[in-house]
Amino acid sequence: MAVSTRAATAGDAVAAAEIIGRVPATRRRDWSGAIAHAILVASVVMLAFPLYYAFVISTQTLDEVTSLPPKLVPSTHMLQNYADAWTRAKMGRLLLNSAIVALAVAIGKIAISLLSAFAIVYFNFRGKQLVFWMIFITLMLPVPVRIVSTYQVISVLGWVDTYWGLTVPLMASATGTFLFRQYYQTIPDSLAEAAQLDGAGPLRFLWSFLLPLSKANIAALFVILFVYGWNDYLWPLIVTNSPEMRTAVIGIDSLIPRTSQLPEWNVAMAAAMMVLLPPVVVIVVMQRWFVKGLIETEK
Amino acid sequence: MKRTVFRNRWLPYVLVAPQVIITVVFFYWPALDSVRLSLYRASPFGDRMIFVGWGNFARLFNDAAYLRSALTSVMFAFFVTVIGLALALVLAALANAKIRGLTIYRSLLLWPYGIAPAIAGILWLFIFHPSYGVLPYVLSFVTAYQFNWFLKGWVAMTLIIVAAIWKQFGYNLAFYLAGLQAIPGSVLEAASVDGAGPIRRFFAITFPLLSPVTFFLFTLNMTFSFFETFGLVHAVTQGGPGDATSILVFRAWKDGFEGLQLGYSAAQSVLLMLLVVALTAAQFRFAEKKVTY
Repeated sequence: MAVSTRAATAGDAVAAAEIIGRVPATRRRDWSGAIAHAILVASVVMLAFPLYYAFVISTQTLDEVTSLPPKLVPSTHMLQNYADAWTRAKMGRLLLNSAIVALAVAIGKIAISLLSAFAIVYFNFRGKQLVFWMIFITLMLPVPVRIVSTYQVISVLGWVDTYWGLTVPLMASATGTFLFRQYYQTIPDSLAEAAQLDGAGPLRFLWSFLLPLSKANIAALFVILFVYGWNDYLWPLIVTNSPEMRTAVIGIDSLIPRTSQLPEWNVAMAAAMMVLLPPVVVIVVMQRWFVKGLIETEK
Repeated sequence: MKRTVFRNRWLPYVLVAPQVIITVVFFYWPALDSVRLSLYRASPFGDRMIFVGWGNFARLFNDAAYLRSALTSVMFAFFVTVIGLALALVLAALANAKIRGLTIYRSLLLWPYGIAPAIAGILWLFIFHPSYGVLPYVLSFVTAYQFNWFLKGWVAMTLIIVAAIWKQFGYNLAFYLAGLQAIPGSVLEAASVDGAGPIRRFFAITFPLLSPVTFFLFTLNMTFSFFETFGLVHAVTQGGPGDATSILVFRAWKDGFEGLQLGYSAAQSVLLMLLVVALTAAQFRFAEKKVTY
């Protein structure tokens, strides 16, 4: 019961979110439109300020960074700072690791949840209810609440400081399975019957019919999981020891000036800009699927 | 429910196997092991585990530092969620008009979701920086008070709350705007004809009709501020100054991986699991009873 109620909530939110894209341009009173634009522009500007400020800092020299009053316009030192950040934090390797983790988590989780949802919806088998509830319960507990024990499992497996250790535990959650299960249930039975009449087996049906139909859901899940994998902080911090295996969000920590160090915030901000850019670009480019995914994966 | 259309003895097991194996190995095993570990304590030389029963839990409830962390977490989640949602709702209500370009505004509002909490924290850390940041500089014209988050707990707390609200604000606003657009104008006009003023209309009509969106955003923001803000604390304040910003997940990590008190950390994990279960149950009840559709 509870589950279906919440699905309705999400559905309403989807409908609401879709509407934002197609509002007729009729205005009843001109001033209400002007106020709305003013508020929205102000919000957008306020929201962008920290990013703009960080970018500005990343283009300045050390003297400019530490001067008062703070300088809020870009300067000339940009290439130098980005090059410094790149070599000092070994950014190439860090960004590569983040890309591997984000892609592996996204693709891996999509693959396993497509398969298990297919089995749960399109087959009857002994233990199906057990499997269903086993997966359902994992919706409730995020990784941070079982860190010590998960780490011990990883060390038993010998996966500390490996890509396996970085990625596979992050796939243990049911969000994807439920997204696909719900979607499959809306597909009419006649489709599978027609496929069977054409002589297609279950795997053929999955590959040639379900997969193409699931494109939008796959894209939605991909955006959410990519951002999650790229930005996760706690797990890579625990499971990696060597600098070569660090991901970008934790790897740039060494560039953040602490109290006793030279305040090279220009280099730190250059590194921060490089780390934050890929997930932000993914969200902006895939925005339509992002909104869909945001609503549907939030159980 | 769907009629089952494929028959195969072994295929469904092969299909669910990857997910079941990963779930058992990385979810059930660690979750149960947390419960087991929480009943043990490492011996003084760390070579074996001593069974202590409820000892770790008893210690937690008498540990002033742990109770402070619990309070810190609750305050953090409360401020991030309530201030963040209230601000977004007020601005969305004021900006609720049929205007062009909402899609463009949405793009310009949603991007901060992609920024890691730790990176968001680093951006704000510099804005708050006592020597070079723009915020203390501006405030220095208003008051002689030193807004130094290295030294003052409440300033550090404000810093992480602001960073978290900033990261969440754009999509809170985007969802409220979308929710408002979905409310038929005729409903509000009818109320207006009946003589209800804008504030009355907001509380009598708009706010109740928005409850699904509020509920959705509330859940999202609570989960975020309790469980996804470890990076923000670790990268920015390290839980300090003192332990002013040591939220629960940060303390569980610190006791487990820096203090190497595995049993003590596992006991904290078990309490966090209970918290999540309680939050989830509360959501289900709330979803069934209170939300207006």
